[in-house]
Amino acid sequence: MSDHSDHGFAHPQSITTLLTVFAALVFLTIVTVVQASFHLGNWEIWIALFIASLKAALVLYFFMHLGHEKPFNILVFFSTLFFLALFLGGTLSDRNAYRNQLEPDIDEPYRSEAPAEAAETAAAME
Amino acid sequence: MANTALQADPSHDDAGHHDDHEHHENLAHHFDTYEQQFDAGKLGIWVFLVTEVLFFGGLFCAYALYRNLRPDVFAGSSEFLNTKLGAINTGVLLFSSLTMAWGVRCAQLRQHKMLAGMLAATLSCAAIFLGVKAIEYSHKWSMGLLPAGLYTYDPANPHPAGGPNYLLWICAPFAIGLLFVVGWLIIAKIKKDEFKVRVLMPLTVVFACFFVGVQLGTILESGGEGEHAAGDDHHVVAGADGHAEHGDDHAEGRADEHLEDLDQPNNLAIEKADLAGLEVLAQDQSNPGARDTLEALKRQEAVASGSVLQGDQRPVESPTEKRVTATPKQAGVFFSIYYCMTGVHAIHILAGMGVMIWLLVRATRAEFNENYFGPIDYVGLYWHLVDLIWIYLFPLLYLIGK
Repeated sequence: MSDHSDHGFAHPQSITTLLTVFAALVFLTIVTVVQASFHLGNWEIWIALFIASLKAALVLYFFMHLGHEKPFNILVFFSTLFFLALFLGGTLSDRNAYRNQLEPDIDEPYRSEAPAEAAETAAAME
Repeated sequence: MANTALQADPSHDDAGHHDDHEHHENLAHHFDTYEQQFDAGKLGIWVFLVTEVLFFGGLFCAYALYRNLRPDVFAGSSEFLNTKLGAINTGVLLFSSLTMAWGVRCAQLRQHKMLAGMLAATLSCAAIFLGVKAIEYSHKWSMGLLPAGLYTYDPANPHPAGGPNYLLWICAPFAIGLLFVVGWLIIAKIKKDEFKVRVLMPLTVVFACFFVGVQLGTILESGGEGEHAAGDDHHVVAGADGHAEHGDDHAEGRADEHLEDLDQPNNLAIEKADLAGLEVLAQDQSNPGARDTLEALKRQEAVASGSVLQGDQRPVESPTEKRVTATPKQAGVFFSIYYCMTGVHAIHILAGMGVMIWLLVRATRAEFNENYFGPIDYVGLYWHLVDLIWIYLFPLLYLIGK
């Protein structure tokens, strides 16, 4: 695998590792596509996210060599996950408080073919 | 300057002697050792990636909120995204990640030619990715599947004729780029500029690969077209029917259902008959009262059908929950989010390509070795992150409700 004495601080990855990881990623992509064809209802998104996270972990650990990374850099990266979780968790957990404001109350008539009608209602609104 | 810095570090002196020229070449004067330089750069790129993750986090947050608000609109609109194209693009990006990681290995082992090859392969994959994306985007734009406000999709006429040729416009910059690179390559060949030829040959392949991607996208899109286009409308209609049956008041952003609603407002049919007399009266110029009444009734009808809310009128109860409307905005919101997320991702691909062209030039100059491979490694990390974001985008956008 990696030869520390020859390459100093460089840790070249073995070709076998790279190819295996790639094969695993392609396999997981196929799994996620196949999984989507089953109608699993509410579970679907969590399974899809789980598979995506598995793939992300493979990319992070091998391709981004987070395994050989300096502890501080690992801390920096995991801090982003922490803050992301804080941000998403906070915003999504109180979504019912502002749910009504996500879409406008006053909306355009949906038919674009009826411009006369639209103009009429627009005039009426003023 | 580099000399003084090196002399300050005694351990470096012995190493510096036998290989003087190369040793100083890429070491900035404010670093003591190559390793220190590498570690500093590495921390820098990780901090940058952290900001990138948070930046995309905002887009994912918008996605989560709107999908949570209108799950049916997301599932329905996702039908318009071609899973085959998305899956192919995922594979292409994963492969480019592989070649990039391999490139880092090549840089560390001084395999200069192979490094240039790996960078060219990564660039080519990026170009194929964008080519497929060009097909996806132009196909949707021509169907009017646009962000909220511009959304003009009409299920009765899904492929309106006479729109601009969007594909041509997207391809134009790449075609110009290809011509430019080929022209430059020919000039370099004539002038026998060996170095430029070695850089421009792979670049020609990269630009050509965009059109390979376009071709690939066209084949996959048209291959699924018969089944897809037909399937599209069926799905949509089926979806609308299904929701109607379930008494689902989250009406879909599809106009199908609505066209019918507007054409035959059953609940208002009786009242309409009553209005006939009023209409006759209203035709009389001297009867403005009847005309006003008629207009007011029509307006009321529009409001009652739920498609319009007037002025300061507040919808009853929770407005977005209970209101039975399916305005293009709702499907448009999905496409707003879709274009925003994939578009920003595509901009990252373009930026990555730009930086990698710079790396290709330096790799051709054989500048990288086991002490100095930072730039390759940093761009590699960036590239893997872009791949990582696509890994999440693909199932979240393409695979809903399939």
